[in-house]
Amino acid sequence: MKISIERGALVKAMAQAQSVVERRNTIPILANVLIEAEENAVSFRATDLDIEVVDKAVAHVERPGATTVAAHILHEIVRKLPDGAQVTLVDDPASGRLEVSAGRSNFSLATLPKEDFPVMASSEYLANFAAPAPVLRRLFDKSKFAISTEETRYYLNGVYMHVADGEDGKVLRCVATDGHRLARIDAPLPDNSGDMPGVIVPRKTVGELRKLLEDDDAVIAVSVSETKVRFATPEITLTSKVIDGTFPDYTRVIPVGNTRKLEVDASEFAKAVDRVATVSSERSRAVKLALDEDRLVLSVNAPDSGAAEEELAVAYGDERLEIGFNAKYLLEIASQVDRENAVFLFNSSGDPTLMREGNDTSAVYVVMPMRV
Amino acid sequence: MPTLCRDCLTRFETGPRCPACRSPRVLSHPELFSLSIAHMDCDAFYASVEKRDNPDLADRPVIIGGGRRGVVSTACYIARIRGVRSAMPMFKALQLCPEAEVIRPRMSVYAEVSRAIRAMMEDLTPAIEPLSLDEAFLDLGGTERLHGAPPAVLLAGLVRRMEAELGLSGSVGLSHNKFLAKIASDLDKPRGFSVIGRAETADFLRDKPVRMIWGVGAAGQAALDRHGIRSFADLLRWKRKDLHAAFGSMGERLWHLARGQDARRVSPNAPVKSISNETTFAEDTGDADLLDGHLWRLAENVSDRAKARRLAGRVVVLKLKRANHKLLTRRLSLREPSQMADRIYRTARDLYDALHDPGPWRLIGVGISDLVPETRADVSGDLLDPGAARRAGAERATDAIRARFGSDAIVKGRALR
Repeated sequence: MKISIERGALVKAMAQAQSVVERRNTIPILANVLIEAEENAVSFRATDLDIEVVDKAVAHVERPGATTVAAHILHEIVRKLPDGAQVTLVDDPASGRLEVSAGRSNFSLATLPKEDFPVMASSEYLANFAAPAPVLRRLFDKSKFAISTEETRYYLNGVYMHVADGEDGKVLRCVATDGHRLARIDAPLPDNSGDMPGVIVPRKTVGELRKLLEDDDAVIAVSVSETKVRFATPEITLTSKVIDGTFPDYTRVIPVGNTRKLEVDASEFAKAVDRVATVSSERSRAVKLALDEDRLVLSVNAPDSGAAEEELAVAYGDERLEIGFNAKYLLEIASQVDRENAVFLFNSSGDPTLMREGNDTSAVYVVMPMRV
Repeated sequence: MPTLCRDCLTRFETGPRCPACRSPRVLSHPELFSLSIAHMDCDAFYASVEKRDNPDLADRPVIIGGGRRGVVSTACYIARIRGVRSAMPMFKALQLCPEAEVIRPRMSVYAEVSRAIRAMMEDLTPAIEPLSLDEAFLDLGGTERLHGAPPAVLLAGLVRRMEAELGLSGSVGLSHNKFLAKIASDLDKPRGFSVIGRAETADFLRDKPVRMIWGVGAAGQAALDRHGIRSFADLLRWKRKDLHAAFGSMGERLWHLARGQDARRVSPNAPVKSISNETTFAEDTGDADLLDGHLWRLAENVSDRAKARRLAGRVVVLKLKRANHKLLTRRLSLREPSQMADRIYRTARDLYDALHDPGPWRLIGVGISDLVPETRADVSGDLLDPGAARRAGAERATDAIRARFGSDAIVKGRALR
């Protein structure tokens, strides 16, 4: 194999590859990226056995071929090369080395046989559809903060993507929860996605997927099977196993009878929460919300370090209510609001609270209160 | 040689009897009045409390422990004559001593007595390090001027006061470090007072078995055996770096202990790091129902103690021992710290189920660690487990009933398994 590739294209491909490769590996080949060169295109394939990413880049291929080399090292080398450099990769099967050269820099890297590289088995996809990048971006960005890290409830360690009944018919829905809070985000159902089985997309996959969604004009080809999900742009294909488990019935968790309505400017609210929470250094800082006729008093009382209080003008017309929340959770859900006011719907100080943006029910958040 | 009468606390120069009260309980040692690290251990504590509270039991063998399948937690000295030992399975203890009175432990009573003893110790020094309800290290260094008497006198006074005011006896070990003080208190039980001075340390230790070292159990002993180490004399033959190579940091400690050196301080109110409880089965078992019952009782006991200390744990630990004594521990961080029996039990149960191992087991234990004040515990519920709030409410109500009418006033069916 002998190829010549522009540094920028190589950096992009290697960045994608090295983030999939796990830092600590017991199987040496998994630390490597598989480089395959054929006719003016080079593909870079990396996997952790759960996720596989293939990035195709344009290159001048002098001699086709394939080899594998340590992803982190190649990434580091390329990253440190000067902008605009032309990089040559030459595979020498006799010495088992990959010669990397650019300008006056030369590197010789150990390789492992390409035959040893595990290529993810293909899957029989039950649904194939196209979704605009901004739609997927919204679905995952607004839900991923609620993904759980709890190992025992492994089925919560991802975003549940499925087809659901919305208020106006079927929707493409993403749900994530960790038992403290829940996010339920809807998007119009893309054509041909109706038969999609519900899948739990793992946290790491959500992170990798995000890199495919930066371009507003991109359209992502999505394929879903019972066990795998694939997201593809013309250059990058991300294939991932899904979490083998049953996502809990979240519908019974979303309160329907909450009537006490608070409307508040989300960014003012978030800033105030952030300010009062400063006085507490505990891991889970509790903020108390005291609601009265068009008045909200936020307070934090940390016996060891101090106390804080801030008043906000809000729209609230129900009975007095005092309720506590984890400051971090309040901040996270408030920061999801980007256009209108945040609307909170409370029941009692012990019941889950619902939050949405204005009257928009396509993004709904639930948060558990905290005893204060 | 400095001598002290343990009955009237008179100090004098050598003699078989006290010149003041003629008591033969005298203590002579060249370093008697210059040593200040002590270990005090109550004699058959739980059993002694029961005998004190029920004089009918005074001359009968008494065993404190749970059920036929439980183990002996304390045996009185009469039962000990028959061969009953603590940690012995109850059925075996009853074979040795069928007429023994078996009493379930009344932890709250013992805790109260323990507090009274602690208060007496606090009159002597603030440097007290309790090891359990009935034993503690005391550092009496620098208190001689304050009390106008050397540590040995104060300690003899402490046990005399315990006998007079609480009706309980204890044994004292006095030495120049914790390791030796703990060994000393065990030399002359009950109602003992032993001294190990600096000058005699090396001679004293030489022929003693290394299992005397606190923390060296059956497994540690076996490891030492493999290297041919049985006595302290064996240990002394080892170079420091060889011990380190063979046993790691424990080797380092062994090297010092072999020379009677122990630099650990008596650290008062060393924070409680974990709360745990375990049961050894009379016969190894893999019976899922039986284990479930044990899990619940252990979780409830841990929860009760956590609640009493106003603490909660962030981590639940499950401990199991196989028939071949191989130990297995599994731990899980909770979403938020908890002190609730329900949460501890369910987590331990999840850990057990995740093992997919049918046993049989010889021991099962449940504990919590990473302790935090209870104000930070169970503050928010679980969206996905709406029943948890109701169960927690039921548990608080049950606690209130038990507090008023006794711990057996209300029990879960699960606890009867």
